[in-house]
Amino acid sequence: MAQKSDLIETNTPTNSISKSIILRIARYNPEHDSAKKFMEFKVKYEKWTTVLEAILEVKQNYDHSVGVRYSCRQATCGSCGMIINGKPRLACFTKISELNSNTITVEPMNNFPIIRDLAVKFERLFNTHHKVKPYLIRDDTEITTDTKEFLQSPEELEQYIQFSNCIKCGLCNSACPTMATDSSFVGPQALAQAYRYVADSRDKGKENRLKIIDDSHGIWRCHFAGSCSQVCPKGVDPAMGIQLLRGYMLGFKG
Amino acid sequence: MRESVIMKIHYGTALAAVALVAVHILMRLTQGFAESLEYDSVITNYKFLPYAGMLEIILILISIHGFNGLRVVLLELKQGRVYEKAVSYSCVVAMIALIAYGSRTIIMVNTGMV
Repeated sequence: MAQKSDLIETNTPTNSISKSIILRIARYNPEHDSAKKFMEFKVKYEKWTTVLEAILEVKQNYDHSVGVRYSCRQATCGSCGMIINGKPRLACFTKISELNSNTITVEPMNNFPIIRDLAVKFERLFNTHHKVKPYLIRDDTEITTDTKEFLQSPEELEQYIQFSNCIKCGLCNSACPTMATDSSFVGPQALAQAYRYVADSRDKGKENRLKIIDDSHGIWRCHFAGSCSQVCPKGVDPAMGIQLLRGYMLGFKG
Repeated sequence: MRESVIMKIHYGTALAAVALVAVHILMRLTQGFAESLEYDSVITNYKFLPYAGMLEIILILISIHGFNGLRVVLLELKQGRVYEKAVSYSCVVAMIALIAYGSRTIIMVNTGMV
């Protein structure tokens, strides 16, 4: 794609001695741009400044039209996923100082349709997430059955607890090589969530859930590149979840 | 057929093929490489039924594994109901054709047609 760069220096006043970096922001509006271009801004930063704060500084002080999605600013909502210096990361969870680079390039996540600039559409992620039935399946409930609650041992909890940390930021799907070529692939996020519920001792919908992911664009299309696990900001290991799910499907686990 | 069943067959054929191809290579080491490819040597091997049977099994295993692998690669390249059905059926037909062609050679030798 053609790339055009314009260097713009921000003049935000600061009280402390700051260093500065060049922030390259990918600009693309699918409604009237034919190709992505980059705009460059010189941004001052402190050792605690995050990439999201740098983008917001550009937005606030120079170019209001930069398209970026964010909300909590504390790696909880999963809104600000983007490619930062070539790697999918959360902008609010990535400090400029830890990137060890004088130039920070931010681009929209791969494998997602672009809405504008750094904001991408999440429909496919949410659809596949919904498809694997991300909830406990059983006939009785704690609400209707007043005589019992669904107890678990610490060992049973350990089977799936790390997969509960998923914030649906989409970084794993962005890093997945199969997602890039197979538009029908379920993706590591949904597969990890399928494992989270299959491994939950309270869940009774294992057969149902395994059937859903057992199709020609399901779990078997994972190449085990492992990039999904490398980029997860919450320490979830989708690649391991997928391999454990395969264990269920091959009959190694009950 | 469910994808998990297909993939079990895929992994199973790979493991079995590795074992049998190892036996096949060991058998070939009993004589020189050039000698083993001579016409009379090949015909003799085909007439030795246990060995010919093993070659037939290798052919079946590798055809199943190979064409399923090709199917998977093609399904990842492009998606669509018609395309996917065409790929799946074409791979099955190609697999059967290759097995039939290889088997024909062994049958021809053992029925005296060669």
